Amino acid sequence: MENTLNYIDSALQNPSCITHIKEQQETACNYLKEHGFSFGKNEVWRGVDFSSFLNDNLQTPIVNDSYNNEFKCNIPNLDTDRLTLFNGYISVSNNLIENKQGIIMGSIKAALSKYPELVKKYFGSCYKNENSFLACNTALFSDGFFIYIPDNVFIDKPIQILDVIKSQTPLFLQTRNLIYVGKNSRVTLIHCDDSYNENRSFSNNVTEIFIDEDAHVEHYKMQNMNNNSGLINHNYIAMQRGASLLSNSISLNGGNIRNHNEVRMLGEHCETQMHGLYLMDKEQRIDNYVYVEHAFPNCTSNELFKGILDDSSRAAFNGHVLVCEHASKTDAVQSNKNILLTDKAIVDSKPFLEIYNDDVKCSHGSTIGQLDETALFYIRSRGISERTAKTLLMYAFCDEVIQKIEIKALADRLSDMVKKRLHGELTVCDECALHCSVPECKFEIDITKV
Amino acid sequence: MSLLSIRNLHASIGDKEILKGVNLEINKGEVHSIMGPNGNGKSTLAAVIAGNSKFTVTQGEVIFKGKNLLDMPIDVRAAEGIFLGFQYPVEIPGVSISNFMRTAINEQRKYRGLDPLSASEFLKLMEEKKKVVEMTAKLANRSVNEGFSGGEKKKNEIFQMAMLDPIMSFLDETDSGLDIDALRIVANGVNKLRSSENAIVVITHYQRLLDYIVPDFVHVLYEGKIVKSGTKELALELESKGYEWIREELESKQK
Repeated sequence: MENTLNYIDSALQNPSCITHIKEQQETACNYLKEHGFSFGKNEVWRGVDFSSFLNDNLQTPIVNDSYNNEFKCNIPNLDTDRLTLFNGYISVSNNLIENKQGIIMGSIKAALSKYPELVKKYFGSCYKNENSFLACNTALFSDGFFIYIPDNVFIDKPIQILDVIKSQTPLFLQTRNLIYVGKNSRVTLIHCDDSYNENRSFSNNVTEIFIDEDAHVEHYKMQNMNNNSGLINHNYIAMQRGASLLSNSISLNGGNIRNHNEVRMLGEHCETQMHGLYLMDKEQRIDNYVYVEHAFPNCTSNELFKGILDDSSRAAFNGHVLVCEHASKTDAVQSNKNILLTDKAIVDSKPFLEIYNDDVKCSHGSTIGQLDETALFYIRSRGISERTAKTLLMYAFCDEVIQKIEIKALADRLSDMVKKRLHGELTVCDECALHCSVPECKFEIDITKV
Repeated sequence: MSLLSIRNLHASIGDKEILKGVNLEINKGEVHSIMGPNGNGKSTLAAVIAGNSKFTVTQGEVIFKGKNLLDMPIDVRAAEGIFLGFQYPVEIPGVSISNFMRTAINEQRKYRGLDPLSASEFLKLMEEKKKVVEMTAKLANRSVNEGFSGGEKKKNEIFQMAMLDPIMSFLDETDSGLDIDALRIVANGVNKLRSSENAIVVITHYQRLLDYIVPDFVHVLYEGKIVKSGTKELALELESKGYEWIREELESKQK
């Protein structure tokens, strides 16, 4: 067995490029050959360390459709259209579908052969700068989902994407997702990252979302990975005039997570809301990077990231708002709030505004603290035990992010999951197979300290 | 035996001693009022009884129902029957009042060896107790004290007192920040909860609250000690003469 880096090196020597995106793939190959995975003093990737995964013996998955819907990820009172990514491949059952309205959904590899011009037009269009993990994905991705929504389509039913890893061997996965949302259209995406067992895995997933004029996208992420997993989630979002984005990511578990978000507002009157909640314990790590580019006047962006850290867990918030010279009347807010439950937990919080225009309203703030003693005393004075009181207060802290979810049924479900996490229970949905049938699956989670 | 017996109680915050030997006996069925200038230990006394760890008890003892209160954790004191109405009630976003109260009641019931209240029993109790302070809001949807006006916060304290049915309550400046209507509602609520089986200590600056909640005893807490006790007439005397008079009386005694 060879290690992951060796695999990448040899794959780069003989890349099997796909015809229609050959140019992008070759550029990515060359970038990675030149730069490798060392980031030196690059502020954007400072502190990010996936070397243990790169040096480990991980295997790339083979196409496999043995997935039988073990994760019964039903959301009560919410009907969704479901796409399943199983070990990096779109399951054959929803390979590629085009409906009457012209909505296309399914495998990006299948879309590259059936709708090459459409994919080619937007593939690689949502980011400006290359980075090593992005290049690695572009050059060597296995599969991923492609969603194309034409102009003037309001999709009421959310699209739920299940990104599931279930393998007896340690895996290195790279999925590549592309979403195009046409002018005046609306869509809601619910994207869950789950691992089925405790086996080691490393996912380097890229999602590009192109939001055309006056379109609206809600993007909800739920991350629930095992403690041996590494996950880089790249979200590159390009917005045209009048587009709006509501993004909310709830990170419940994961060994080492990097959420790498780059949002570029490329027209006037765009609106971005990006929220995140992370609950980490043991040796877990999470790193939220949020870059928001205000390139045109009259755009707003609002970031709220909150986290609770127990044991020796670590989190980083690295926020960068760039207000370009012509972006007058920009309204930008960055906020990061953290609660540390122990002396060993660490947070690096770095909100950063870079402004080249005088006529703007921008603010940023960051807090790192403990649970409020006065509030704890108030709750306990009603006869509530210290443990329950702490859980209530932690939940109260999380609630602000959960309340930003526009779909009530989803907010209720995620609120449930957050409560389970805070109570130290398995964070799974009620009908999920993980409940009883998988004895080998033991997450050791207990964020509440007594 | 008294319900609550405070003997030579000394308490400090950091190096600063605030309570300097408080003695007080309270029996069931009694209402006591504690008055005194700001910064002399009234709120500290209530906080120490409820178990606030900001304060360190350096001397003395507090016996409640024959048990040593100072040995008990905060929540055990509450389950034994101690209640503190806060001067500044705390906001808890994301936790509904009904969920908060249901958790509190059921944890107290568990301590007493009782089964938890069912959802319907609890709802019935809550509707009944809301009337005590003329509350109309749907409490299931409202977070504890979040966005409440000063009056609503104080009403909510008395509502919680009604729900928890404590034996020994300390109400810390429950009248501060209330307009006249709210004052009447809150005071009437307290009167409805008065019984021969419980006792209430009302901490206040103003005689006007005592027009509604008529105390059996009035005490003056001054420089960390109870320096004068009397009946409700003492409150009237304080209202007209101020605290200067107490200071002068003390100084002449010391001479």
